[in-house]
Amino acid sequence: MTFVHPYRHSGMSEPRARVNPAFWFVAPALVPIVLFFFVPVAAALVLSFTDFDIYALGDPANLRFIGLDNYFRLLRDPVFWLALKNTLYFVGLGGPLSVMVSLGAALVVNHRLVRLKGVFRSLLFLPVVTTLVAVAVVWRYLYHPRYGFLNYALGWVGIEPIDWLGDPDWAMPAIILMAIWKNFGFNMIIFIAGLQSIPTRLYEAATLDGADAWRQFRHITLPLLAPTFLFVTVVTMIGYFQLFAEPYVMTQGGPANSTLSVALLMYQEGFRWWNMGYAAATAFVLFACILAGTVLQLTLRRPAP
Amino acid sequence: MKRWIVTGMLYGMLTLGVALTLFPLLWMLSVSLMPAMEATRMPPRLFPEAVTFEHYRALFTQLDLARYLANSAGLAAAITLVSLLLNSMAGYAFAKFRFGGRDRLFNLLLAAMVIPGQVAMLPLFLMLKEMGLVNTYGGVIVPSLASIFGIFLIRQYAQSIPDSLLDAARIDGAGEWRIYWSLVVPLCKPILVTLAIFTFMGAWNDFMWPLIILTDSDLYTLPVALANLLGEHVQDTELMMAGAVLTLLPVMLVFLCLQKYYLNGLILGSVKE
Repeated sequence: MTFVHPYRHSGMSEPRARVNPAFWFVAPALVPIVLFFFVPVAAALVLSFTDFDIYALGDPANLRFIGLDNYFRLLRDPVFWLALKNTLYFVGLGGPLSVMVSLGAALVVNHRLVRLKGVFRSLLFLPVVTTLVAVAVVWRYLYHPRYGFLNYALGWVGIEPIDWLGDPDWAMPAIILMAIWKNFGFNMIIFIAGLQSIPTRLYEAATLDGADAWRQFRHITLPLLAPTFLFVTVVTMIGYFQLFAEPYVMTQGGPANSTLSVALLMYQEGFRWWNMGYAAATAFVLFACILAGTVLQLTLRRPAP
Repeated sequence: MKRWIVTGMLYGMLTLGVALTLFPLLWMLSVSLMPAMEATRMPPRLFPEAVTFEHYRALFTQLDLARYLANSAGLAAAITLVSLLLNSMAGYAFAKFRFGGRDRLFNLLLAAMVIPGQVAMLPLFLMLKEMGLVNTYGGVIVPSLASIFGIFLIRQYAQSIPDSLLDAARIDGAGEWRIYWSLVVPLCKPILVTLAIFTFMGAWNDFMWPLIILTDSDLYTLPVALANLLGEHVQDTELMMAGAVLTLLPVMLVFLCLQKYYLNGLILGSVKE
C-alpha cells in the first residue's frame, strides 16, 4: 500500500517529501487491529500445526510442529463431532426461527393500522441490549424443573414438568428459545427499515388490481426484502456459529455434552486444559464452517443479474 | 376482513409479544425484591409479599459488587473513549482522503469481519502473556482499541460530508488535524453518539474475553463476577436476581435514553455501500 499526497498542486513545490495525512489518520486504528487481530489470526493458523500444550506454555522449547495431526485428531474425536452437530443444530434451527420471529414482529409493528410504532419497537428490542450472563440468571430460573415459571405455566394445560436444562433432548431447544428471545429484536429493526424502504405505491397498485394481503406479501414484500433477508441471514448465521456464553452460563455444555458448542470446546481445550494447538485447530474448523456458510448463502441467493 | 378485526388482531399480537418479551425482565426485578426463599415457593409468585432490598445490600456489603461495577464502568468507558477517537479518525480518512489501495484495504477489512473473534483469542492470550498484560485492565482493553465495524460505521456517515467544505477549510489554511477536530467531529456527532453507545454496550456486555484474560477476582467485570457467583450461590435465587438487575440497569438506561441514536445507527450499519 502506498500513500501518495493527494493535494499536490501543480506549479507548487512541496517544501519536503510529506507523508499523506491519511496515513496519520488510518494508522492509529490499523496498528492495533493488525497487531491484536490479524497477527493473532495468522498465529492461530501456525499454532494449529503444533502440539502446543501446558508444557509448551511453561517452556516453548517443548513445542513441536506436527503438521495436520491436530486436524486428523479432530476428525477422530467424537466429542468434536458432537460439538459440531450441536452447533449446526443451534445454527440450523435457531437461526431460521429467529429470523422468522423477527420478520413476523417487523410485519406486525410496521403495519399501517398500528399506532405507537416507536414504543412497541423499543419494548420488543429491549432484550437485545441486555447482558447475556444476567438474563441467563433469570432464564435458568424460568427453566427450573420445580420452581420454574415455564413448567408451572405448562401445568395449566396439563403438560408434565420438563427438566429443561437437565434433559439432553431439551437443553438445546431451551437455549435456542432463550437465544430467540434475546436476539429477535435486532433483525426486527433491520426488517422494519427494509419494509419502510418499499414504496407504498406498489401496494396501492396491487390493491387496485385486487391482490389480497397474502399475494401482496408473496409478490411485493418478499422479493423487495431479498437484500435485507440476505444480510440478516448471513449476520445471524455468523453470530450463531459463535455460540459460547449461553451454554457456558446455562449448562456448562451439559448434560452429556448436549449443549457443547464448537466455541465452548475450543475454550475448554485451550484455556482449561491448555491444549492450545488442538484448540487452535478447533477454532479454524469453526472459521471454515462460517466461511463456507457465508459463501454458500452469497452464491445461492445472489440475485440474477 | 373487517378493519376492526385486523386492528384487534394486530394489537392482540403486539400485546402478547411485548408481554412475553418483558416478562423475564420484570420477573427478574420482582424476584430480586423478594425475601430469601420466597422465589422457591409453589405456586410461583409474580410479586413479592413484602418488598425488601436486603439482597442489594448484601451484594454491596458481602460480595464487593461496587468493585465489579467500577471495573465494568471504567473498562467500558476507557474502551469507548479510545476506540471512538481511533475509529472516527480512520473512518473519516477512508471516506474522505484519497490514497493508493484505499478501497482494496477497506474491502479487506470488511471481509475480515467474517473471521470469528475466537480464532484470535488463543495467540492473543499468549502474546499478552509475553507482554505481561494477562490479568490486567490493559489486557481487557487491548483487543477493543479499534474496531472494523466502528471504522465502517463512521465511513458510511462521513461520506456525506461535502468535499467543498473540507477544501474550503484547507484553503483557509486549516491543518488536517484541525479540520478533523473542529469540522468533521462536530458534523459526525450523531454517528459518534451511536458508535459510543454500541461500543459501551458491547464492552459492558462482553463476556468471553474478560473471562479468559482476568484471573484475579478483584479485576472481574460484572458479567464475569456474576457468572462466578452463579456457580457459588446457585441456591440464592433472589440474590442472583438482584445481581442481574444491577448488571442490566446501566445498559437499559443508556438504551432507553438514547434509543433514537442506537436504532438509527443499527440501520445505517446494516446498509451496504
